[in-house]
Amino acid sequence: MTTAIGADTARKPATMAQALGRALRDAMAADPSVHVLGEDVGTLGGVFRITDGLAKEFGEDRCTDTPLAEAGILGTAVGMAMYGLRPVVEMQFDAFAYPSFEQLISHVSRMRNRTRGAMPMPITVRVPYGGGIGGVEHHSDSSEIYYMATPGLHVVAPATVADAYGLLRAAIASDDPVIFLEPKRLYWSKADWSADAPEQVPPIGRAVVRRPATGGRRSATLISYGPSVPVCLEAAEAARAEGWDLEVVDLRSLVPFDDDTVCASVRRTGRAVVVHEATGFGGPGGEIAARVTERCFHHLEAPVLRVAGFDIPYPPPMLERHHLPGVDRVLDAVARLQWESEWTEGSAV
Amino acid sequence: MTVLEQPGAYRPTPPPGWQPRVEAGPLLPDAEPYRLLGTAAAAGISPDLLTRLHRELVRGRRYNTQATALTRQGRLAVYPSSTGQEACQVAAGLVLEDRDWLFPSYRDTLAAVVRGLDPVDALTLLRGDWHSGYDPHAHRVAPLCTPLATQLPHAVGLAHAARLKGDDVVALALVGDGGTSEGDFHEALNFAAVWHAPVVFLVQNNGFAISVPLAKQTAAPSLAHKAVGYGMPGRLVDGNDVAAVHQVLAEAVRRARGGGGPTLVEAVTYRIEAHTNADDATRYRPDSEVEAWRAHDPIALLEDAMRDRRLLDDEGVQAARESAERLAADLRTRMHQDAVLDPMELFEHVYADRTSQLREQAAQLRAELDAEAGDSGKGE
Repeated sequence: MTTAIGADTARKPATMAQALGRALRDAMAADPSVHVLGEDVGTLGGVFRITDGLAKEFGEDRCTDTPLAEAGILGTAVGMAMYGLRPVVEMQFDAFAYPSFEQLISHVSRMRNRTRGAMPMPITVRVPYGGGIGGVEHHSDSSEIYYMATPGLHVVAPATVADAYGLLRAAIASDDPVIFLEPKRLYWSKADWSADAPEQVPPIGRAVVRRPATGGRRSATLISYGPSVPVCLEAAEAARAEGWDLEVVDLRSLVPFDDDTVCASVRRTGRAVVVHEATGFGGPGGEIAARVTERCFHHLEAPVLRVAGFDIPYPPPMLERHHLPGVDRVLDAVARLQWESEWTEGSAV
Repeated sequence: MTVLEQPGAYRPTPPPGWQPRVEAGPLLPDAEPYRLLGTAAAAGISPDLLTRLHRELVRGRRYNTQATALTRQGRLAVYPSSTGQEACQVAAGLVLEDRDWLFPSYRDTLAAVVRGLDPVDALTLLRGDWHSGYDPHAHRVAPLCTPLATQLPHAVGLAHAARLKGDDVVALALVGDGGTSEGDFHEALNFAAVWHAPVVFLVQNNGFAISVPLAKQTAAPSLAHKAVGYGMPGRLVDGNDVAAVHQVLAEAVRRARGGGGPTLVEAVTYRIEAHTNADDATRYRPDSEVEAWRAHDPIALLEDAMRDRRLLDDEGVQAARESAERLAADLRTRMHQDAVLDPMELFEHVYADRTSQLREQAAQLRAELDAEAGDSGKGE
């Protein structure tokens, strides 16, 4: 078999983009009802080349270049799902998905509920999302909160090459609609990976402890997902020098939310910082902090802190490094977890 | 100045990307709405079809008046009547084969009932006991769609999927004149034409989008003309002439099934009642206009034509009315029964499997319900 990545079980370096493409290919090979559609997904193979080769291997009926119309792409996917297909839709960039929101919110998310289970919507919506690639305006939004606020949708975001493959396979296999957020800036991140290891298909809704705390005295949990997970891992390493023992939880799935894994970690460490690129006000971190506080209040040594993007429209590319939460901002938050020290009015979060 | 800007420099002619993909002429609708009843061509329509159309028209009118009455009795939260538009509803409900799909909007309950849906199930959305009272697969009727025109891309996708699977299934999608202004109308027609999907779009132009008249909705020569821009045929038909609507739709369905692609049909009709029972139509249209359209009533048009051909007599009219009364009586009886609802079903169909969060919330509601039952038990 000749594919971009070998089908053998040996672990080889692969990028997240390759793993995503492989997941699509394997899903299409395994199930003839899986159809890929979107703008530029066919001949071009997608602007990020995730769908490269699919039209050639499976034909243009299975990997279809559509007219440039996001509502039409998702709306026709609804009809295809009604007739028993499993559409995988590509929204070229995060902010390009907005025209499709009416279809998503009025139909995709509620068709199962409206029809009392008679009409499930096994649609996967792939959204290349987030910043850090120097994109111009409308190419770097973190739109997860819009999706999270809509009942009926699953919302997942991989942070590793293996999860990119596994979660995408799980999303396509799900009988419910899944918003699959692909962290653009991790597309070219590499890891040793084998497509055939079974542990690489995690169920949707399960978080994972990416880096365990080792039982040190000053410990805390960094809660994150998608593009901020590598930032947290780096921060956790750097924090060792400051005497901090940090655990990193990778949520993988925002909806459903894995309260158990998150709260078990916070109960172990006693402190928590939520880290994401999306804006802080009304952002995912507020929900996560509230959940943790409600469930772990008596275990907490300090308030749950948030390290988020600023509450601004996504900045122009030459300024985005000031907006995106980096290692230093995470470490600053960790330093503020020594609650006995102080909390002064106006200290920024 | 670059080389290409210098006088006499070589300027290649670009390839002809501007050229039309298809000839526009054959796609254009007739200048006047197509009519069949009262013309010589009407002699060719089968008596059986006319009798069936008549019976459904009379039953449909009664369904509309009964449902409207149920809103006044508080049994329906709202009812958008299709009185005056029954010819479109009946033709749409009868023109499809069993394996085909109908995509109705909220005003198209009657089309769904004519297609075979239980009249009470078709009103579930409007009564408010659930969002859709039927299994869409049972009669191949998509859920009544409240957002405007968003059901049109669904019809395209379903028809496209059926064709990919090798099934000769046609989708018929209904939309109003106001819906043609929505972006989803454009995207659906464009997708359908590009994909050559077996879809028929029926625009019921009933004159008003709630209160906004057609002249404020579009500057197009007709709504049927919009078809040409997408590369599909547009047909203009008298929406109160049930035989004409049925024939035009049947041709479009045949064409779609045979691989000929989509068609846009504009049926010119009139909404005799207000937008819903909550609307005051006297604020935006004169009685004289309504009366003129009453004189062009779809049932009267058909009865006149059938009596001319001696296909209908007083007895036949009476039989149709009795059938309609039975429908209305059944509807009254069943709609006056209180709906039996299980609040726990609120959590049942959000996802295939309940999330842990929904399990917690279901437990909370269960406890609240048990407490309520306990309280009411103490009171007895």
